[in-house]
Amino acid sequence: MSDATGNAPAVPSLASTKRVRRKLTLFGAIGIALLGVNLACALFGSFLAPHPPGDINPGGAFAPPSGTALLGTDYLSRDLFSRLLDGARFSIGVAGLATCIGFLVGMSIGFTAAEIRGRLDMAVTWAVDVLLSFPPILLALLVIAGLGTSLPVLIGTIAFIQSPRVARVARAVALGIAALEFVEVARARGESLASILIREIFPSAVRPLAVEFGLRLSYAVLFMSSLSFLGLGIQPPDADWGGMVRENLPGLYYGALASIVPGVMIGLLVLGINLTVDWLSAGADAQMSEELR
Amino acid sequence: MLALIIRRLVLGLVSLWAISVLVFSATEILPGDVATAILGNQTTEEARAALIAELGLDRPAHERYLAWLDGLFRGDLGTSLATETPVARIVSLRITNTLVLAVATAILAVPLSLGLGLLAAAYPNSLFDKSLTVGSLLVISLPEFVVGLLLALLLAVRLKLLPAVVTSPDFTSLTGLLRALALPALTLLASVQAHMIRMTRAAVLDTMRRPYIEMALLKGASKGRIILRHALPNALAPIVNVVALNLGYLVSGVVIVEVVFTYPGLGRLMVDAVSARDIPIVQATAMIFCAVYVFLTLAADVVTVLTNPRLRHAK
Repeated sequence: MSDATGNAPAVPSLASTKRVRRKLTLFGAIGIALLGVNLACALFGSFLAPHPPGDINPGGAFAPPSGTALLGTDYLSRDLFSRLLDGARFSIGVAGLATCIGFLVGMSIGFTAAEIRGRLDMAVTWAVDVLLSFPPILLALLVIAGLGTSLPVLIGTIAFIQSPRVARVARAVALGIAALEFVEVARARGESLASILIREIFPSAVRPLAVEFGLRLSYAVLFMSSLSFLGLGIQPPDADWGGMVRENLPGLYYGALASIVPGVMIGLLVLGINLTVDWLSAGADAQMSEELR
Repeated sequence: MLALIIRRLVLGLVSLWAISVLVFSATEILPGDVATAILGNQTTEEARAALIAELGLDRPAHERYLAWLDGLFRGDLGTSLATETPVARIVSLRITNTLVLAVATAILAVPLSLGLGLLAAAYPNSLFDKSLTVGSLLVISLPEFVVGLLLALLLAVRLKLLPAVVTSPDFTSLTGLLRALALPALTLLASVQAHMIRMTRAAVLDTMRRPYIEMALLKGASKGRIILRHALPNALAPIVNVVALNLGYLVSGVVIVEVVFTYPGLGRLMVDAVSARDIPIVQATAMIFCAVYVFLTLAADVVTVLTNPRLRHAK
């Protein structure tokens, strides 16, 4: 699932200059547009919603679209459109926050291991290998079985699942950077470890890790919505998109939109992230090969 | 080579041990103890103390861990907190259903994905290749449960070909088997196909660029023969690796898909047990799933080592 590069990266002609890598491909544009709409929903959705998410619509449960409910109503006859806008902040916010924390932890561990090497590096590599041998969904189920579910537990669990995967990539990227001369110079200058990691290694690692961030983010969105679908994520009366699919499941047999639309929204969000990452990584490759020439 | 495989085996064992520690500590981090979870809030202090002594919860954690591990090796998985029946009996009722589903999916998914991948490699950048790529990208952008719902909406609600919900699958007749398995197996197929198709296509196309393929081409061998006899054998290692990894992925997929179709397997048993905090069942199902997963990823790595001469002769 982490392998999301769908179409072959656009290969720029050798004679072209830097403008080529910035050229927006069709898929890139679709991706950025999808991502933009979703982010806007997450940031401003609660303000844009025509009704409060808990309000009862007079149309009844699983009503078809009408003037007062643009996408119809859900199983408790609440306006689906308003709830979609309201739920966006959970679907996108939790996944985004968890991925950021996972990156902070994973990068710190991976960079440190690559800079210090030796025993610490070996220990980190083993620990990462062991953690990667857990199926992620089972790890999450175990944590939730022990701690119960709540927003901090959800964010922590997803971050915990992300961090060893990030640490592995960050270590690999940093190994190459740590061998370069400017890092050597910083070491000779007697810079502290934190300073080397943050000011020397991190800036050079940003671009290769940006692609990984996109892949991890789309994974987090899928994972989070799956947990909510299982009833173990965001708890009622709030609902993210995965939770909305779950609560409106009975409507499927009446042909109501209520359980399908949130699911499609998750798909569009993930597709948007994947297409944007594809476009960015194709651009990064082109730029990289240009700089090497 | 042997050292590499042994290292991998040791890592597998260490993983299993780490998993057992984590699975066991799920009971330890439970806020409020197990006794309160069983008796509820309305209970006397004496009843709680009696139950704690009965369950052996007053012993130190490492002692209980060893006792639990010992039981695990002897096939004694404890007693369900909710139904008070032995966990081994509950699990054995469900495990066949999950196995049948997983095997059916594998039989469907592996040949289909390899076939489609080979076809895409035979006609690279054709309309077929491109629509296959875009199609499988679209499908893996959807979570499994949405794919499952869309399939249910189409096949069960609109076309009325299949039942949307299977509560007691009947494996004795072919129609019973088909009716029970079609929707969950198709959903799982959707989530594992993309990786396998793409890897088959990429690996075969990669070997197609080698000089010996050009030789075969000049010799006048047909396209089908070149792909199947010349390119495929050398592309097999990465393909087998990805197949094993995706069969491991079925372990996670099965948990979700069983809930979507209320299929009575181990996955749904585990999710229900997590909601009800029936810890012995959570522990048993988690250990089974993790052991299968560890075994499959181990197999994937060993196959990679065995089929790659560069790794086979590494230090």
